[in-house]
Amino acid sequence: MSDNLPDNAGYVAAAYLVFVALLLVYFAILAIRSSRLERELRELNELAAARQGEEQGT
Amino acid sequence: MPTSTKLYGTRLTALGIATAIVLTAAFTLAAFYAPIEADQGFSQKIFYVHVPLAIVTLGGFVFGGICAIQYLRSGDPRHDLRSYTAIHQSLIFCVGALLTGSLWAKAAWGHWWVWDEPTLVSFLIVFLLYATYQPLRFSIEDPEKQSRYAAVFAIVAGAFVPLNFMAVRLADPLIHPRVLNTSGGDLPGDMKLAFYTAIVGMTLLFITLYKVEMTGKHNRAQLKALRRKLTGDGPAIGGRSAAPRVQGS
Repeated sequence: MSDNLPDNAGYVAAAYLVFVALLLVYFAILAIRSSRLERELRELNELAAARQGEEQGT
Repeated sequence: MPTSTKLYGTRLTALGIATAIVLTAAFTLAAFYAPIEADQGFSQKIFYVHVPLAIVTLGGFVFGGICAIQYLRSGDPRHDLRSYTAIHQSLIFCVGALLTGSLWAKAAWGHWWVWDEPTLVSFLIVFLLYATYQPLRFSIEDPEKQSRYAAVFAIVAGAFVPLNFMAVRLADPLIHPRVLNTSGGDLPGDMKLAFYTAIVGMTLLFITLYKVEMTGKHNRAQLKALRRKLTGDGPAIGGRSAAPRVQGS
């Protein structure tokens, strides 16, 4: 550890990094789930629009 | 038919912003305002992330137990979902508390873990206890039975948390400090400010993530119901899952 840093600064940084890393992993999982939901919603919107088109055609 | 793909409300956005501000303020106070502790030196700064994580974890487990009581009283599956989400999330916070605690132990005492210390061991027991919650749920196929057994587990384990906390308080501490006591703790004022801000920030983080999880689960359930309605399929027969089945709108 550099002389400019206080003693045990590495452990302190590691503890806060663990917290941030956990948050980032959590956010990444949330982002994946959210994008999956949005994709599904888009598909449903397209399906509904196609249905509406069919009904108007008949 | 709605065309918007926005899945989260503005209240949740505001809560997220408030969480980010309070947590940033707490960690800034911890880094630059709170003094360096005389005995432990700089490593004591871990306290401002570790202790709030541990407190919010235990609070989340108790909240899960309260929701489970509500489920058993009313039979409303929404309470089961709340209990499940709170426990699931507390378990993640618990991992954070254990990891940061271990780093603090190494920095302050020279050991990653001290088996003679009641505070550490009891917290590990709580973690291991709740680590069996998901497998318990997964092992029961019938959703109603699953919810009922999980609620009983959540209540018993939730009651164990404060009892365990009190027992540890009564035991003689070996090396782990007692921060909160009946006289308001041994912290000086400037440390207290950073510490309480961190507790508020961590609580807000828990609430925000809890709300995000709940909103996500409801959105997924609503989408499934909508898909069934549009495609004309019958009710979905889902495979075995540890998560409660959420009813669509």
